Amino acid sequence: MTEKKTSLSRRNFLRNAGVTAGTLVATSTLPSFNAVLFAAVKRNTKGPWYGIAIDIEKCIGCGTCAKTCKIENNVPQEPFFFRSWVEQYTIRKDGSLKVESPNGGIDGFTQSVPADQIEKTFFVPKMCNHCAKSPCVQVCPVGATYETEEGIVLVDEKYCIGCKYCIQACPYGCRYFHPDKHVADKCTLCFHRIKKGLNPACMDNCPTKARISGDLNDPESAISKFIRTKNVYVLKPHLNTGSKLYYNALNQEVR
Amino acid sequence: MNPEFEHLYQALSKVDGFIYPNEIELSWSILIVLYPFITGLVAGAFILASLERVFNVKSLRPTYVIALLTSFAFLLVATMPLIFHLGQPLRAWEIMMTPHLTSAMAIFGFVYLWYLMIVLLLEIWFDYRYDLVLWARESTGVKKWLYKALALGSDDISPKSVKLDQKLGYIVTVIGIPSAFLLHGYVGFIFGSIKANPWWSTVMMPIIFLFSAMVSGIALVMLLFIIINKVRKQKIDMLCLDTIAKYLFYIIIIDFTMESLDQIHRFYEAEESFEIIQLLISGHLNFTLLVMQVGIGMFLPLTTLGILQFYKPAEKVRQLLYFITGVLVLIGIFFMRWNVVIGGQLFSKSFLGFTSFKLSLIGPEGFLMASIWLIVPFFILAFLLWLFPPWKKTEMEH
Ligand code: SF4
Ligand code: SF4
Repeated sequence: MTEKKTSLSRRNFLRNAGVTAGTLVATSTLPSFNAVLFAAVKRNTKGPWYGIAIDIEKCIGCGTCAKTCKIENNVPQEPFFFRSWVEQYTIRKDGSLKVESPNGGIDGFTQSVPADQIEKTFFVPKMCNHCAKSPCVQVCPVGATYETEEGIVLVDEKYCIGCKYCIQACPYGCRYFHPDKHVADKCTLCFHRIKKGLNPACMDNCPTKARISGDLNDPESAISKFIRTKNVYVLKPHLNTGSKLYYNALNQEVR
Repeated sequence: MNPEFEHLYQALSKVDGFIYPNEIELSWSILIVLYPFITGLVAGAFILASLERVFNVKSLRPTYVIALLTSFAFLLVATMPLIFHLGQPLRAWEIMMTPHLTSAMAIFGFVYLWYLMIVLLLEIWFDYRYDLVLWARESTGVKKWLYKALALGSDDISPKSVKLDQKLGYIVTVIGIPSAFLLHGYVGFIFGSIKANPWWSTVMMPIIFLFSAMVSGIALVMLLFIIINKVRKQKIDMLCLDTIAKYLFYIIIIDFTMESLDQIHRFYEAEESFEIIQLLISGHLNFTLLVMQVGIGMFLPLTTLGILQFYKPAEKVRQLLYFITGVLVLIGIFFMRWNVVIGGQLFSKSFLGFTSFKLSLIGPEGFLMASIWLIVPFFILAFLLWLFPPWKKTEMEH
């Protein structure tokens, strides 16, 4: 009996040792498997790490952000190309939902649902979430879509081959194909302004200060405080995109 | 209004429900429908050839070379639709030069080259080497030099060298089978790995692509076998034809089971995207999916082939039925690709509405251009059959 026990425990030991060694080997080689374990990559903790926060309770649906964005970034004016837009959600008394975004909200909104049928209505500004585990970065076959050290997702327009795979991969519809440049295009969080210490144009021009962006690594930044003090939520959290666009008072109907 | 955007304004007026404003235009159009269709034919035809060789299915022997050359002809064209759909076709080579390894698409160049260079070319070469040497000796003029060049300097027709050809050819085939699986399973992964899109994102996608590839490849070789024999006024080897049809029948059953399983699973789990997908199937895709893919492309062939397993009418009737079945299967698989690629982009990722798609007649993404990419491989094949006539090859045991 005792003999059996020893052999058993020896076997257990061997097995445990094997498992430990295996785990060690596996974890030490993990970085080289980044290709498969894309979403397991850790975030940058040194230097600024940008995120965005939008307060739905403050948004009045004026569309200034969307309009400003097109001007600031030379986005084609036609109503098919947006780096930033606003959606109007209306929940009727019967529970049904109506969502609209005519010209991305640039010209403002009119309410198409009769007032007596409305249960509640609100505006949701949308833009690139600058995801930390961004599906668009993951799928770009040449690395033209990439994430900067500051956690900003950009497209290198001199490098993009225009395969549009990233447009398919973005769950939020934040990318479009530039009709003149023939490459993928999207919000840069006004990288050219951030580099000069300015805020993105949409943030500066929002009349109600419903949107802010800033350093998530700095606990004293406005955005860190916003996230700490409000009930924030990201879009489509089940997709594990590592979205860094935090909404206050986001209704579950919003997708 | 800028005429460049006219079709977009039209699409805008047809939006049904709510879609994100960037979603009006489909990013991938007919060319990306062709891409999995053509690579599917490549992989399918190759797998049929390998069946004969590795599993020693003697009755399929007459289709072996035809299947290999078909596979090769389509493989040569497979990248064309891909390159031409790019916004920057001249930068296409960056995929090979600086592949971004987390991208499923980045590996395509390598999978493709591996398949083209290592597997197909080698297998065809080993199979033809002996004949190339013989033909180089017999022919005159340009053809002589061409065969000489293609034989790559080899001039040995001893039984020993033939034995070696066969041995190496066999090894290549054995490597080739997983490669063919890789090639097309991988194409399925390009779609199946997009978590943003519930119509694509399923682990079954590579498997479904693989089996539908086998279905289309086998159907194509069956058709070509009939056509080539008719054109050459030869009697069709019915044992061979019946055997291909039998394999086609079995693979369609597997393919049908897989695809049904996928849909049943999707419907039973009924996740967030359930409603929009239900609307997609019953609305925008009802013709291309229910009628063309399932009805014409699957049920009819399955029934016909099923009956023919038990009841064997006269040879002429059988040939006609096999021919029609082959055509229907190819149409069905084409629409399967259509439903995946186009269908997956018709609904919004907000799951709240649909955009529309109209295939234009002209332009690089138009119907005519797409037809050209489908016709060119047949010309290549005709040329290959002329240059390397399988019927003039020396019969060899595999
Ligand atoms: S929101 Fe879309 S475009 Fe922006 S980083 Fe995420 S996946 Fe990429
Ligand atoms: S369109 Fe450009 S940025 Fe997008 S995946 Fe293709 S190469 Fe990358």
